[in-house]
Amino acid sequence: MRNPQLNKHGELQHLLTLDGLPRGIITQILDTAAPFTEVAEREVKKLPLLRGKSVFNLFFENSTRTRTTFEIAAKRLSADVINLNVSTSSTKKGETLLDTVDNLCAMQADMFVVRHESSGAPYLIAQHLENTGRDHIHVVNAGDGRHAHPTQGLLDMYTIRHYKKEFHNLTVAIVGDVLHSRVARSQIAALTTLGVPEVRVIGPKTLLPTDVEKMGVRVCHSMEEGLKGVDVVMMLRLQNERMNGALLPSPQEFFKVWGLTAEKLALAKPDAIVMHPGPMNRGVEIDSAVADGGQAVILPQVTFGIAVRMAVMSMLGSH
Amino acid sequence: MQLPEAEQLIGALAELMRPHVSPDTCLVGIHTGGVWLAERLHALLGLSQPLGSIDVSFYRDDYSAKGLHPQPQGSKIPFDVEGTHIVIVDDVLYTGRTTRAALNELFDYGRPSHVDLAVLVDRGGRELPISASFCALTLPEPLPAGQNLQLERDDSGALTLRLIHA
Amino acid sequence: MTIHIKNGRLIDPANKIDALQDLFIADGKIVGVGTAPEGFTATRTIDATGYVVAPGLIDLAARLREPGFEYKATLESEMDAAMAGGITSLAIPPDTDPVLDEPGLVEMLCYRAKKLNRAHVYPVGALTIGLKGEQLSEMAELVEAGCVAFSQANVPILDTRVLGRAMQYAATFGFRVWLQPMDPFLSKGGVAHDGEVASRLGLPGIPASAEIVALYTYLRLARQTGARLHITRVSCAESLDLIEKARTDGVDVTCDVAAHHLHLSDLDIGYFNPHCHVVPPFRGQRDRLALSKALADGRINAICSDHTPVDDDAKQAPFSESEPGTTGLELLLPLTLKWAQEHQLPLIDAVARITSEAAKIAGIAKGGHLSVGARADVCIFDADAHQLITRSMLKSQGKNTPFLGLELPGKVRYTFVEGTLMYDASQYGKN
Repeated sequence: MRNPQLNKHGELQHLLTLDGLPRGIITQILDTAAPFTEVAEREVKKLPLLRGKSVFNLFFENSTRTRTTFEIAAKRLSADVINLNVSTSSTKKGETLLDTVDNLCAMQADMFVVRHESSGAPYLIAQHLENTGRDHIHVVNAGDGRHAHPTQGLLDMYTIRHYKKEFHNLTVAIVGDVLHSRVARSQIAALTTLGVPEVRVIGPKTLLPTDVEKMGVRVCHSMEEGLKGVDVVMMLRLQNERMNGALLPSPQEFFKVWGLTAEKLALAKPDAIVMHPGPMNRGVEIDSAVADGGQAVILPQVTFGIAVRMAVMSMLGSH
Repeated sequence: MQLPEAEQLIGALAELMRPHVSPDTCLVGIHTGGVWLAERLHALLGLSQPLGSIDVSFYRDDYSAKGLHPQPQGSKIPFDVEGTHIVIVDDVLYTGRTTRAALNELFDYGRPSHVDLAVLVDRGGRELPISASFCALTLPEPLPAGQNLQLERDDSGALTLRLIHA
Repeated sequence: MTIHIKNGRLIDPANKIDALQDLFIADGKIVGVGTAPEGFTATRTIDATGYVVAPGLIDLAARLREPGFEYKATLESEMDAAMAGGITSLAIPPDTDPVLDEPGLVEMLCYRAKKLNRAHVYPVGALTIGLKGEQLSEMAELVEAGCVAFSQANVPILDTRVLGRAMQYAATFGFRVWLQPMDPFLSKGGVAHDGEVASRLGLPGIPASAEIVALYTYLRLARQTGARLHITRVSCAESLDLIEKARTDGVDVTCDVAAHHLHLSDLDIGYFNPHCHVVPPFRGQRDRLALSKALADGRINAICSDHTPVDDDAKQAPFSESEPGTTGLELLLPLTLKWAQEHQLPLIDAVARITSEAAKIAGIAKGGHLSVGARADVCIFDADAHQLITRSMLKSQGKNTPFLGLELPGKVRYTFVEGTLMYDASQYGKN
């Protein structure tokens, strides 16, 4: 089975997941992103790379924030950006996902940025494009179900490399709801591929996936054990609907045990950085004092995210 | 073909430029050879403004055909472009497409008062209406398309011209 | 019409025959095995040299999608598929629309099937009205209408007391209850085996415990009520131990496995292949091997196709949203032969799992064997031939199978139903 995100020359055809993506390509994306960070400081914040190309932001699940960062990235590359919020209810009325894709292909789309609530949806689109001979059209996964959020994973790696330079000497902790998190899966795939020797996941057993240790991580159930001596703390967002019920008793208890406070952060290395993919639940995953404190790099993550997405889009658009 | 000594040409180019530059003139080298050349010229001409560099990967007109350069270096323009006299520096002038890309990129930083182009060698073969303001050597016959003339730098920092047959 | 099938390798597991013997058919019945009855003259002779002559196959689970889902498949299209697959008897799960909970519906289905005059249809009636798990169906009436057993298809009964009473009531008459072990709460929202693969792909998992917990309940209630229990589609290694234990405790329990579960595991989901979205889910490699082995040593009684034709629109969706199920009628024999080859089992053992053993479970007396006097349902196949599985070669309206593009052993040459030649591979062109 050929990896559907690489073309027959082994180049990036689509960006669907970081799991199984060769280290060389991940590094190439990070290297390519570096010069793009500087574009934001110019008078004209635009490069002509995707001039005349149409990028469709195909969001089956609402996310203003992610959509906006893709939109800025595409526009800085001079692409025409078309935003489509396809509510799943309308697709359930009869038009299938692939009908929608065929329609947009007929409008001369060059790239789809796809967000979908079902794991694997971007694969279906990529497979369909291949089956119908439209291999000039590229797919970027902007988050699918619990499966992957590769550009978020890449911008996190960019951020870590920016502050820590190397990966091979780091200990990284990922904290919170790993079970439902596509961000965590992409982070784990990237960190292990880039050679981080110790990746820990910290959370209650109800929020960790079955066999998570087979992804190459160490499982910790307490912050005391998990944060000790780490270089990087990556917090995850806890969705509102999971705060009360059979997974967790209450947000208060979650914060008490797994919330990141200055006191718990003191267990990490003194120069540890704190990351969060946003939007944050202050007082649930993270204390405001930490979120706004000197070790947080949450806003730089957002800035780097644009450069990383520009790098991905320009690499895809180039073949 | 006997290639001239790069070091001699650099000296000659600096002398050509000297009457036309002021201490506030800014040099912008084009990656990679142009940057090395600009560093030399900057020292020889005793300019005070910091040196700029441009990587035209993001502005190339053959992007859709050839794709993105695998390791783009990015551009650094550490001065205010607005109203400045700028000299774009490149090692070899050929089709003119790189110069076009560099000009386009430069103008995304602001509006210079005027822009010159300084090159070590004009190898002929222009495809755009572009010519150098300062040129140390113009080859008598254009170089065939299959050949690649470029500047190289050894560990001691010495620059030499090299002809590569593709 | 009298038929002489000559020079074939006759395999009849019920009668423990595996020998080069001729078969003689008259008036829709077997009239002679090995030697012709006195005065027999054949109006037609079939040369079965190099082929296996076996009883027509029996499939314990085939959804023909009628009534209710005719856009996915019809009795006609699926009967053609059954004939091409050498299957002459089909047990039909009750999850049609409306469900098979009324004698009238069952009679109608039997009538429609009889009119088509192809495979024999054996409806499995709904255990509760509408499969809702609240009110018992009229089991005695349904049996009179043609039902051979009662089941809930893939719809579990939430109220354990209702389940216990349904089993108790069925036990009154000695009716067999077929149940799919799947705890509705533990499996809620799940689409793949809860393990490393589902975790990586971010697919909601169905833990093995969903099967084990339900199975334990069923076995315990069967022991208490004396119900005759048949467990459908076993998928976990641990289930096999539980069933064995119940047997030693005296519970009358049989079980089957879906043919595709013998060959695929959760790893085959690959990059979200919706053809691998099935119920129960493909489990781990260790489970697959355990099922395969248990089938070989007889702890699992039979293989079924669990035939579920799904239209392309319903399959071409993100994995979780795709409709589960695989088409299987035409793959039952090839997948069974492939399994037997892997275990180096004699052909007779393979054939038994899809004929005589299945007949016992479905209570089919007239089929599944080639005794003199039996219904002349015969499947003649080439065990050494291989064929490539493609969309166009499948006669089923459902083209949904993870085996597309693979070469599988076995090719049906002729299918007879009650002495009538219903399928002749040589008449089907170059497929």
